[in-house]
Amino acid sequence: MCVKTNPDLRLMRVKDRVPVLEAVPFKVGDLEKNALEAALQLRDAAGGGRIVAVAVAQGDRKIRETMKEALAIGADEAVIVADPALDETDQAGVALVLARALEQSGPFDLVLFGEGSTDGYSGQVPSRVAELLDLPELGYARALEVSGAGPDGAGAVLRAQRSMGDTLETLEAALPAVATVVSEINEPRIPTLMSIMKAGKKPVAELTLADLSLDAAALAPLRAIKSNLAEEQLRKRVLFDGEPAAQAEALINALVAEGVLGR
Amino acid sequence: MTAILVYSEQLDTALELLGAAQTLAPQLDLTVSAAGLGAEAAPQAAALAARGAAPVYLCTEPALEGLDTGVAAQALAHIAEQAGARLVLLGSTRRGRALAGRLAQRLGAGCVTDASSLAVEDGLLVAGRYNLGGATVQREALTSAVQVVAVMPKVFAADEAGGVGTVVAGADAIVDVSPGLAAPAVRVVDRQPREGETVDLAAAARIVGVGRGLAKRDDVTLGEGLAAALGAELACTKSLADFGWMSDDRIVGLSGAKTSPEVYLAVGISGQVQHTVGMAQARVVAVVNQDKDAPIFALADYGVIGDLYQIVPALIERLKTL
Repeated sequence: MCVKTNPDLRLMRVKDRVPVLEAVPFKVGDLEKNALEAALQLRDAAGGGRIVAVAVAQGDRKIRETMKEALAIGADEAVIVADPALDETDQAGVALVLARALEQSGPFDLVLFGEGSTDGYSGQVPSRVAELLDLPELGYARALEVSGAGPDGAGAVLRAQRSMGDTLETLEAALPAVATVVSEINEPRIPTLMSIMKAGKKPVAELTLADLSLDAAALAPLRAIKSNLAEEQLRKRVLFDGEPAAQAEALINALVAEGVLGR
Repeated sequence: MTAILVYSEQLDTALELLGAAQTLAPQLDLTVSAAGLGAEAAPQAAALAARGAAPVYLCTEPALEGLDTGVAAQALAHIAEQAGARLVLLGSTRRGRALAGRLAQRLGAGCVTDASSLAVEDGLLVAGRYNLGGATVQREALTSAVQVVAVMPKVFAADEAGGVGTVVAGADAIVDVSPGLAAPAVRVVDRQPREGETVDLAAAARIVGVGRGLAKRDDVTLGEGLAAALGAELACTKSLADFGWMSDDRIVGLSGAKTSPEVYLAVGISGQVQHTVGMAQARVVAVVNQDKDAPIFALADYGVIGDLYQIVPALIERLKTL
């Protein structure tokens, strides 16, 4: 499964429209915790298997600490791709690095993602990885199960349920496959003291771009970020005082005057 | 590269995108074409042609049954090349977002999903999208030769399509394409409408949103009463859905609906960005909250500081007299 470090947005502040991320802790993304929990449940249902957490180190996002958290939750090993060239890349670059790292980390049955990261939430990376690896993608799963595997695991089929607005769908694809999960799929487990201590002994592999036969040129971003600011609030900010009945009267009158109520 | 290509499996979304494309096309010196995918897409293709998309590429190969994103990306990549598309506009629904990443990868394109604004600056398309849980808007200039942008529903009005200066073409503007698509790797086992009542908050004109200011599950009826008196849909923050008090399809915000009603009345909602991202596009925001320091008041056109258990019944009484 793939992990991104995400700032803890509950602790983030905005000052003069600029997000302040200094001193905000980084952690495994909320939906990635759901993806890891789904991986643990699928492994338990299958009676065994290896869960590899794969991540791309970008900037000073403290990926090594984040991967320890993933290992404490239950991943068996971690693979981190680190290279200065990764700081400036975009979703296309991250997807390329992940795809190569997945191929290199050995044969796999399933690649799991959260449907989006906590901070950017573009949802591009899973679909790009699926296309790069030419795999079927089951997106937005709120339930996942694997069935039909033979004694050697061959012939296994992944079945996903998902909600697409006004329809509920059940989809199937042969493994290997890519899937993304939504928060409804499960309640992620919380690491125990014992699992946190064990995490320190689990293997962590660090790869460079050269290990993946990639270079900085392959990761040149396809977009330029022009700004990232809080929106200016142009709301009227009129407050109504008084007794509840008077406040209610004033509020309804204001909505009628705006033309959004009455006729 | 001479064209903008517009695609959504939903006609109303496709018309919104068509209107956006027709606005952008003169600034980028591009023409506007559209695509229809699947055996049942012919009427949609005709509707898009009638509103000025020229041509409309129609692919009805059986592999598109179920609209697997892998197959749809194959078909759209083929059409984008045939159309000479520099920019592909998709709808940022769940289906559209997954398609956007896969198509962009296939085309070697830069991509923005969940775009909430589009502008042309120095000849480049600049898309705005919410970032950091909705706290900020990140503006991204697309610098690649081919670009894919998935636009949030309701950012553009469907009736903007076919506006002034559009050459309205006839049914002969529809071009059938047969790329010889590979069979889908994903099989649709079952597809059915959601059980029970469904609510489309994205389309609602009036919304009452409730949050953790409600003390207990039974108090949801207070919100229901207010919504009924206003002729509004009832919505909630993710917390109330997590408590099991309301269903997931009533969540407004990052993990739910992005709404753009005429009026959003927030009751007992503190105003965390994870929620407010879904209500920022409301024309008028009204707020009832007892905490005068709640961040929601910064987003309010009209605010009442007070106990919702007193204010809401007073609002319902007052609405009866309208």
